[in-house]
Amino acid sequence: MIHVEDLFVTFGHGPTEVRAVRGVSFSVAHGEAFGLVGESGSGKSTVLRAIARLTNAWTGTIRIDGTALSHRRDRATARRMQMVFQDPYGSLHPRHTVNDILQEPLQIHGIDRHDERILGALDDVGLGRELRFRYPHQISGGQRQRVAIARALILEPEILLLDEPTSALDVSVQAEILNLLVRLRQAHGLTYIMVSHNLAVVAHICERVAVMNRGRFVEELTADSLRSATPTDAYTRQLIAASGGYDRELARGIVTYE
Amino acid sequence: MTEAPLLTVEDLNVVFQTARGPVHAVRGVSFELGRERLGIVGESGSGKSQTGRAILRLSAANGRVSAKRMEFDGIDLMTTSEKQMRDIRGARISMIMQDPRYSLNPVMTVGEQIAEAYLIHADATRAEARERALEMLATVQIRDPETVYNLYPHQVSGGMGQRVMIAMMLIPEPDLMIADEPTSALDVTVQMQVLALLDDMVRERGMGLILISHDLNLVASFCDRVLVMYGGRVMEVLEAGQLQKAQHAYTRGLLNCIPELDHHQDVLPVLERDPAWLTE
Repeated sequence: MIHVEDLFVTFGHGPTEVRAVRGVSFSVAHGEAFGLVGESGSGKSTVLRAIARLTNAWTGTIRIDGTALSHRRDRATARRMQMVFQDPYGSLHPRHTVNDILQEPLQIHGIDRHDERILGALDDVGLGRELRFRYPHQISGGQRQRVAIARALILEPEILLLDEPTSALDVSVQAEILNLLVRLRQAHGLTYIMVSHNLAVVAHICERVAVMNRGRFVEELTADSLRSATPTDAYTRQLIAASGGYDRELARGIVTYE
Repeated sequence: MTEAPLLTVEDLNVVFQTARGPVHAVRGVSFELGRERLGIVGESGSGKSQTGRAILRLSAANGRVSAKRMEFDGIDLMTTSEKQMRDIRGARISMIMQDPRYSLNPVMTVGEQIAEAYLIHADATRAEARERALEMLATVQIRDPETVYNLYPHQVSGGMGQRVMIAMMLIPEPDLMIADEPTSALDVTVQMQVLALLDDMVRERGMGLILISHDLNLVASFCDRVLVMYGGRVMEVLEAGQLQKAQHAYTRGLLNCIPELDHHQDVLPVLERDPAWLTE
């Protein structure tokens, strides 16, 4: 369904040029969940932002069902592909009620039956209907992230781009949001691309995972082989080991991979 | 440990007066700390950070702190004058905050800030302070201290900024370090290196460390003892390596809802909160 070929993203030019993504290619099948993991600066979020065309500094081809995307965002693609951001505090308008937030995409796309769709979206993400006219500061972090997911789903897209959707949340709330994402994908047959620094979170949601370092794919593997700790690459092995809790010996032996 | 504890906290309470009435953020917390690594773990709103701040008397102005006893190395922290507290803060008890972007001075180079921390607490010349700051940057694993010394906070990455903060807090060689989520903004590999650094300070200089974090697995793998907090109370105290033997339903619930790499569950168990935890 999604084909990315030879994606490069470069910011700035001359001596301050930053090559954030350097030649990335991958495909995601219809209904599949694909994960991008890596440390900060690895380019994982930039790949997602290029697909969402939140940056236009990219070259290469991004195809959805065979149609190449242009550098400009267009309504037709927006209806098919929506994004959920990391920070539910920053991604919701503080002066808009939940209702305003969910209504805006419907207005932009000229879609009817607002009441029915807004109530449906609230039910879908497990938010009480009594929260409909609250402001973001009146609800919890987990509820805000549910609003952000409801906003993404209200256009009935086929693809969700998830950028660290649970890393700002407490683990008990994270579990609720992860369960929600699993359920929504089954219920609506969604395709996910998810970015996270947390290997366990990505392995929980996705079937296939690409490990990124310095703008490149280090390796692409199934969630099962990530879980059984059989990756072949030294960088991936170090990342898995460092995710497993504090180990004095391991801390001494950490190397930087260029 | 047979020697007198470095810090004794008995029945600590912190209450904030707000427009909607009093908020009881910390409720009757007690613990002792030697020259060891103590972890305080909890979710947002559990009172873990407020416990740390109360020890340094840094609670917000609308907060009222009370305790039967709060003693650091023979000093009664409840009755000490504000002037004496200023001598204790930084020099003897230091605190690392979570986000270096808000804790560093944006218009001063990071090196000067570290040197300043040394000058305030030690009788030294500027040149000596600069030398010590450069040494400290090397200690916190910064590869090119001379270059980094002259950078401004916006020019360094999050991981580097946090190491700068740690260098600044360690340079007066405090007896007690309170680290509030020191590594939550960092990559796992950098996190590991920062913890190893704090570990060295405990082992080599006999510093006492309170590590405040939301990450139960990380804290349990690092600390000698862990207090698990919920709703301002200590639910349970765990010894190192005993995490899997946790008894309290809250601790067990927290552990269960974390996705784990080595085994897959289709649905993660969701934490069911029992109101009795706040009263029993």
